[in-house]
Amino acid sequence: MAQDDAVRCDACPVLCRIKPGRTGACDRYANQNGQLVRVDPHVVLDRALSHGDAVVSFLDSGQEWDGTLLSGPDTFVTAIGAGTTYPDYKPAPFIISSQVDGVDMVTVVTEGIFSYCGAKVKIDTDRHMGPERSSVRAQGETVGHVTTSEYGSQMLSIGGVRHLTGGSRKEGNVTCETLLNLCNGKAVELTIDKGASLVVEAGKPPIVDGSLEERMRVGCGSATIGMFAQQWFGKVDEVVVVDDHITGVLSEHQAGKFLGVAPTGIKIKGRRSTPGRYFQVADAGTGWGGTDINDPLSILAEFNPRLAWPGLRLLMVSTTGEDYAFFELDEALRPVEKQLPPELAGSVARIKENCEPALCTVLFMAGAGGSLRAGVTENPVKLTRSVKEALTRVTCGGAPVYIWPGGGITFMVEVTRMPENAFGYVPTPALVAPIEFTLRLADYATLGGHTGHVRPLSSIVPDTDRRALPARADNPWPLSPAPSTRGTRS
Amino acid sequence: MAALAGAVDSGDTIVREPPLMRSLPDGRRLHLHDGPIDLIVEAFGEAHAIRVAYRAAIERFPTILDELCSELNLLRQPACPGGSWPQGVIARRMRRAVAPYGDRTFITPMAAVAGAVAEEVLSVMTSAAQLSRAYVNNGGDIALHLKPGHHFTVGMVERPDRPSLFGAVRVRSAHPSRGIATSSWRGRSFSLGIADAVTVLAASAAVADAAATVIANAVDLPGHPAVVRVPACELDPDSDLASLRVTCAVGELEAGEVTQALSAGASVARSLCAAGLIHAAALCLRGKTRAVGVPVPEMTVGALDPVASGHGSSRALQSLHLDSQRGRS
Repeated sequence: MAQDDAVRCDACPVLCRIKPGRTGACDRYANQNGQLVRVDPHVVLDRALSHGDAVVSFLDSGQEWDGTLLSGPDTFVTAIGAGTTYPDYKPAPFIISSQVDGVDMVTVVTEGIFSYCGAKVKIDTDRHMGPERSSVRAQGETVGHVTTSEYGSQMLSIGGVRHLTGGSRKEGNVTCETLLNLCNGKAVELTIDKGASLVVEAGKPPIVDGSLEERMRVGCGSATIGMFAQQWFGKVDEVVVVDDHITGVLSEHQAGKFLGVAPTGIKIKGRRSTPGRYFQVADAGTGWGGTDINDPLSILAEFNPRLAWPGLRLLMVSTTGEDYAFFELDEALRPVEKQLPPELAGSVARIKENCEPALCTVLFMAGAGGSLRAGVTENPVKLTRSVKEALTRVTCGGAPVYIWPGGGITFMVEVTRMPENAFGYVPTPALVAPIEFTLRLADYATLGGHTGHVRPLSSIVPDTDRRALPARADNPWPLSPAPSTRGTRS
Repeated sequence: MAALAGAVDSGDTIVREPPLMRSLPDGRRLHLHDGPIDLIVEAFGEAHAIRVAYRAAIERFPTILDELCSELNLLRQPACPGGSWPQGVIARRMRRAVAPYGDRTFITPMAAVAGAVAEEVLSVMTSAAQLSRAYVNNGGDIALHLKPGHHFTVGMVERPDRPSLFGAVRVRSAHPSRGIATSSWRGRSFSLGIADAVTVLAASAAVADAAATVIANAVDLPGHPAVVRVPACELDPDSDLASLRVTCAVGELEAGEVTQALSAGASVARSLCAAGLIHAAALCLRGKTRAVGVPVPEMTVGALDPVASGHGSSRALQSLHLDSQRGRS
């Protein structure tokens, strides 16, 4: 019955047949490449919803309603779906006034088109990602590079203007798509030259070379010795914490010496750094504690018979507590694996407990350019100054941002704190991200704002395109009077 | 009915969204939404009367779309004199509103659907309670209620896709207008003309809706190369306009051409005024405006201070309500 390429929408009894690229009579459902989709409406965070006192929804609850209207919940209009005026030098699409605690506030809402943007990705793993400066590729195209390691994590830089517009057309498009997916919380496959292959998804554990990384290590092997020496003392004669960076040995370590742990005659195959700390014991891999070791005894040479004794108790454990083995030396001073005694099981569990879940975290970083700022004020530099002076709060889809000190408005935002699918793109290629500037109406006038285009919040409400979302409890409310999220000074 | 039955027969799961009925965050207005119907409702008067009126509105609202859809095929047929009439109260109101035009132009009752729905909801509210004022705004087609001594001020938007006011109308209780409607090729409905906006005041919202459609169709430059037209059915297979060519883009126009198109529309508007079908109309094309029928109501056409006018937001608000008595919110 549906003729040609139209899609039948059955969301309401009008039963529109919608042609590709068109919307139905309601403007809410559309045919996108033959699929019926709900067109993403303009997103409005509704603080009331997160408080549980939903806006009246009589029919859903089936309850009788007496006709009384609730008093106004707090609403913050995000820039998602607001559109943009780029590249026109004209006021932002939505400049909305609201009263907060008796103060007239203005929120300038726009979607920025960012050529200068990228993602800083932190991957919680000690596994080797690849050498510093190695290219990170998606679909074979260079989309970023390995920057450095942080404590327990590997850092990647993805995107940036040089990949978006500085390389080939294909490189730009793949970079744009990769950024879009990363920022919208979708899984992205990446490979690193002379390194690992990864699946990265914001807020999820990384998958490194096909294996899911569930926990971060508690510290390096040496740090682990320091943290747990007291708990081991008296219950075991020797502990080796296996690590691809620094493997720790209790009896030789400063912490063991301090407690009076006797020498055990243990010998580690590796390069000793300082007492009880060994480098190059193992390479990175998918074995014990992020090393290539599967048999822990392979890192031990024979015990020194002058110091060791039969019955010596040895615990070997990885920095995540996930891998462990307990041995006792036999008459020939050879380690023989035994059941882990209950008094040690607790400490191994404690190591594991102290290993936080390994996650990929994605910070979107971008700079608000001249024309975007011009949409806010006739004199763009005044907006920059106002942001630096914390008179203007910047949010990204309602999420708090960190404003990098110095010139311009260069900000970072954690993408999982933003509403779903907050990012879009233009074929330039460049990313489209929501950005909101909130400030006092009086301050807005002072900085040369487009006060003639300020409209009350209530004027946006009748729009059928409005989508209400509960505000996130872990985000500060964008309109609350606390100063803007700043780095070092407020 | 045929359309509904067809979908059921094909075994599809009907995921009918329930109507949305809620108060807006300002705590004063009601938002009623069902499929393509989207109403903003506000009543003024005693608190109890407002409650009673809102309750009447939410009791009436949920069946409206189904009623209309049950006669949708008929409502999409041209309203020729002597043709068959629909049964539903709203459908008959639509048919009645387009009846004066059936013998001289192509028109279907769908030309008055938005206004007719607004009128229906307003009428159940005013029957249920004594209200000093009330309005039901159905995406820019507005039904008004005014007790003696009251008035509304309504802003007019030049281009629904780029809201900025080009004028305002003050409707006093002494004036007979209780309906305001706006038509434009840029709006949600198709138009045969090129008007950026035609706003009409008439005795009821359905009558205004139909007339705005007719006048907007007449603001035209037939055969002009800069006007891109496409058969309506190519855009929407079920459009009541079938193979009629509807406007989908308008290129550069010379000043003389703008005047010519506006004059064509204004001439139709004047004849509708003379026939007593409408009270006033404001026509807008490329920043040029023409008012017809003033000063029956007080109509200001021209630049307004955008702050003082409150500013509207979306294409859904082809005309937006401004409550001059309370000032801006």
